[in-house]
Amino acid sequence: MTVNMQDVYLAIPLACLAGAAVAGLFGWAIGHTGAHTAAILGVAVAFVLSLTVFRDVVFYGHVFNGTVYTWGVSGGIPMEVGFLIDPLSALMMVVVTFVSLMVHIYTIGYMRDDPGYQRFFSFIALFTFAMLMLVMANNFLQLFFGWEAVGLVSYLLIGFWFTRESAVSASLKAFMVNRVGDLGFVLGIAAIYQHFGTLDYGAVFAIAPQMAGTIVQVLPGVSCSVITLICLLLFVGAMAKSAQVPLHVWLPDSMEGPTPISALIHAATMVTAGIFLVARASPLFELSDTALSVVLVVGAITALFMAFLGVVQNDIKRVIAYSTLSQLGYMTVALGASAYAAAIFHLMTHAFFKALLFLAAGSVIMAMHHEQDLRKMGGLRKYMPWTLITAWVGALALTGFPPFAGFFSKDAIIEAVQRSHIPGAGFAYFAVMTSVFVTALYTFRMLFLAFYGKPRMDEHTRKHLKESPAVVVIPLVLLAVPSAIAGWLGLTPLLFGKFFGNSIEVLPQHDVLKRMGLRFAGSAPFIAHGLQSAPFLLTVLGFATAWFFYIRYPQVPGLIREKAGLLYTILVRNYGFDEFNNAVFVSGARAVGRVLWKIGDVKLIDGMMVNGTARVIAWGSAVARRMQSGYIYHYAFAMIIGLFLLMTFFLHR
Amino acid sequence: MYSAHALSLAIWLPIVGGVAVLFTGGDGNARWARRLSLLIALAVFAATIPLYAGFDHHTAAMQFVENHRWIPAFNINYHIGIDGISLPLILLTSFTTVIVVIAGWEVIKTRVSQYMAAFLVMEGLMIGVFASMDAILFYVFWEAMLIPMFVIIGIWGGPNRVYATVKFFLYTLLGSVLMLVALLYLYFKGGNSFDIQSFYALKLSMTEQVLIFLAFLMAFAVKVPMWPVHTWLPDAHVEAPTGGSVVLAAIMLKMGAYGFLRFSLPILPDASHELAWLMITLSLVAIIYISLVALVQEDMKKLIAYSSIAHMGFVTLGFFIFNAQGIEGGLVEMISHGFVSGALFLCVGVLYDRMHSRQIRDYGGVASHMPMFASFMMLFVMANVGLPGTSGFVGEFLVILGSFQANGWYAFLAATMLITGAAYTLWLYKRVIFGNVVSDRVAALHDVGVREFSFLALLAVAVLTMGLWPYPFLDVMHSSVNHLLAQVSVSKL
Repeated sequence: MTVNMQDVYLAIPLACLAGAAVAGLFGWAIGHTGAHTAAILGVAVAFVLSLTVFRDVVFYGHVFNGTVYTWGVSGGIPMEVGFLIDPLSALMMVVVTFVSLMVHIYTIGYMRDDPGYQRFFSFIALFTFAMLMLVMANNFLQLFFGWEAVGLVSYLLIGFWFTRESAVSASLKAFMVNRVGDLGFVLGIAAIYQHFGTLDYGAVFAIAPQMAGTIVQVLPGVSCSVITLICLLLFVGAMAKSAQVPLHVWLPDSMEGPTPISALIHAATMVTAGIFLVARASPLFELSDTALSVVLVVGAITALFMAFLGVVQNDIKRVIAYSTLSQLGYMTVALGASAYAAAIFHLMTHAFFKALLFLAAGSVIMAMHHEQDLRKMGGLRKYMPWTLITAWVGALALTGFPPFAGFFSKDAIIEAVQRSHIPGAGFAYFAVMTSVFVTALYTFRMLFLAFYGKPRMDEHTRKHLKESPAVVVIPLVLLAVPSAIAGWLGLTPLLFGKFFGNSIEVLPQHDVLKRMGLRFAGSAPFIAHGLQSAPFLLTVLGFATAWFFYIRYPQVPGLIREKAGLLYTILVRNYGFDEFNNAVFVSGARAVGRVLWKIGDVKLIDGMMVNGTARVIAWGSAVARRMQSGYIYHYAFAMIIGLFLLMTFFLHR
Repeated sequence: MYSAHALSLAIWLPIVGGVAVLFTGGDGNARWARRLSLLIALAVFAATIPLYAGFDHHTAAMQFVENHRWIPAFNINYHIGIDGISLPLILLTSFTTVIVVIAGWEVIKTRVSQYMAAFLVMEGLMIGVFASMDAILFYVFWEAMLIPMFVIIGIWGGPNRVYATVKFFLYTLLGSVLMLVALLYLYFKGGNSFDIQSFYALKLSMTEQVLIFLAFLMAFAVKVPMWPVHTWLPDAHVEAPTGGSVVLAAIMLKMGAYGFLRFSLPILPDASHELAWLMITLSLVAIIYISLVALVQEDMKKLIAYSSIAHMGFVTLGFFIFNAQGIEGGLVEMISHGFVSGALFLCVGVLYDRMHSRQIRDYGGVASHMPMFASFMMLFVMANVGLPGTSGFVGEFLVILGSFQANGWYAFLAATMLITGAAYTLWLYKRVIFGNVVSDRVAALHDVGVREFSFLALLAVAVLTMGLWPYPFLDVMHSSVNHLLAQVSVSKL
């Protein structure tokens, strides 16, 4: 039997869509079991088929690039929906469907008592569909479709508990900030369309080297290369989706959504779409050192400054959210250093261990009766052994202890930046090194506060503490496995091998990974080197600091907070980004709108022009009316004056 | 083979049918008035299907042409025909009228036969506007169409309806008069012919072109409406009954934009290029200024009215950058806006019928009691925001692509609507639909019934189909748009 691979490609997203449709449209009829069965079945099918495709692409080299249907044609240029199945997309498909499947199973337990159960399953299945369309796209337009669709589902899920004011505000904020990114993205697409005459990846990347010399005028006197312009515009989109400073403000607030989606959407998959975009567009970014430099610096700022914020959070989910921001910064740094493979590698390992950490946090939150404050936890290790073990795996992977997954991907990024010559690389190296220490500090702080020390919850909660049910624990264990071993397995093929083939392009002068490959022959030598290098020492130092502050001398952090009041305030307030945005953009737009309305429309246009015209006519008619007084002598007098004027006129001619 | 009178049928069937509905008499027979009206509206929709099915995509020539002498003394003819520009608008008209008849079913309780008749007659007149190939015929339809709308707002409208109708009437009349002067000038200049296609061949000096362009602009800009002659629209919408708002937003606004394509661009190519800066500026002002004004509206209908003006700014922007993406994008935006704004006004209508308030502050937490309604409205809101997969995206995207080719900054300024549009639309949605239930009246709301479900579902299908597969919509336009672009690129000096 021969199976047409094109049908398989199509079946992967459609299976998820079908699951979403069944759960969403018929959820009222089929109940909880029916809804989650449909959604899980869809995603499970997608996962299995993705594995098949992965094998087909990676081991047999079957790359596919083809059109599914023509969306529209304008000006003779077709715009299509189509798939590009290459190692990059195949890897993403496996990661997305795997994490999604784990989250689906976990949700059975987490959302069990929620009245929106079916709706939730419908949304996360729909999300998986959209994310697959995004990564499988073979052109920028479809990428944008997926991009917006995941944004929509993210919006719907952040505001899932729609009666909560904080949740719906957070969802609106997420949508608005992402729209700022979309503005850049759409203009980037328009620029590609204008200069390349196509939106198809293959065609655009093939022409790109010839376009490298083309200069466009942005403003009178300001010019830049077309490629730089396109890359920067696309990167604005990536900054919003992947929450890079200053467009990061929506991600911490997105924690208002239920925890499973924090794991799936706001840690493992959707927020990495921006990273994926830049990696996918590597043939363009390679041609612009300016763009790479911007990417590098933005990533470095995010990696460092967002990590600091993780240290002062008390909400367990917010600690992980800021950690996600910081890790996304790492990936962006890797992109800027032209180590695209390292970025995708870290994207993959991060998807596993961050989803794991979020789901473990969710397990804790369930046990705590939806209490998320770390100050009210403590001592949970006695009650939740499975959650404890898996959380440890996640923490060790995140902080980069060898041989856990994060060690390989994070060290690879640090090594790559060290070898990069892009402007800003020095700062980026400093930033990622510093945040290694901070990462260990906030991660173990969270772990210690939640699981160790004295229980600080009320007696009622403490009595009811218990390990979560199997549907919750099994996904944790299944995610802990790749969090432990994916780095070891992936390092050599992904970074130094030919795994990505032509799907990622790097110019020889930028190729830092190749230089690293010459030095490290495999995972074991990489560990040997890592154990002797600075990042590992910083991790240990971070661990020790956390242990010192939160286990050995738990009273010290309070003293420090009092001494460093200003610094603490700055950190707790997220450097004032929210205040600034609210004051300038939100209130500003409303104030301008009110002025334009009340003064522009009501006073000037209606008041002066429209009703003014009416008034002038009324006044004119009133004057004219007075002449028609009806008295004979008035008319006679008028005739005499008229006659007199006419005579004068003729006489003086 | 399709009937030689297919187009006439689409114009006159609703007019004759509307008169027939009048004969059902008083509200004692309201049931029959409703049923007969729906039957006629469906028949007209069915009558417009052959226009699409029999339409040849490969030619820019007028199709389904009928040409009869009407007033020989002035060489005025009953000359009608359609091309790829007018066909989608005619289909939109017949589709929308079906929706409007269903929407007014139980809501309108007084003078039902007159209400339904007004909409049916108006439908015929609007199709007549899109089909006319004779300038006087066009003008007659153009003016006559106002009368039913005037009646609809004046009789079934809100408390301040007299001010709104007078403002609406005077605004449009003022513009139309100048258009008539321009048409007469072209008649005498062109050797006593009112044939629109004969205008296309006229040689005109730049001064003549600019003056005629400005005269047309007055008529069309008021209808679109373009900033700063837009202030009649929010008032008219607020006072109009739901059906009136739907027709006003979905079709009547499109007349002005259509006028630019049928008259200004092909008759006055040099003036169009000469004054493109003005048109682009006014369009961008509409997009930015009006979006900000929409942000602070407290009345749902006013907010959607301002949103309409901003979206129409995209249409006029697309027309005056003179490339295929721009014009096709503008046309698609017109159709999409017909679906989306119509749907949003219907959503407001659904709420208004229950709560008798359009004030945003009276709402909150509607989703808890009207989940199905909330889902529909979410779709239409997202279409208004221009989310890919909905019809709202297609036109905006093409216009942005087109205007980027003209000047990246035009595209940038236009694309700010991605942000502002999302802000006013989603903020509206958030305040009305989400949050805690604010009052007992909201708590007493019941979800959409079968009738409401049917029109919302029809529109939802339209919005999604056009968003996921705009190909067929674009396909009918290509030949005519390319022909138009050729016309506008040849100087008449």
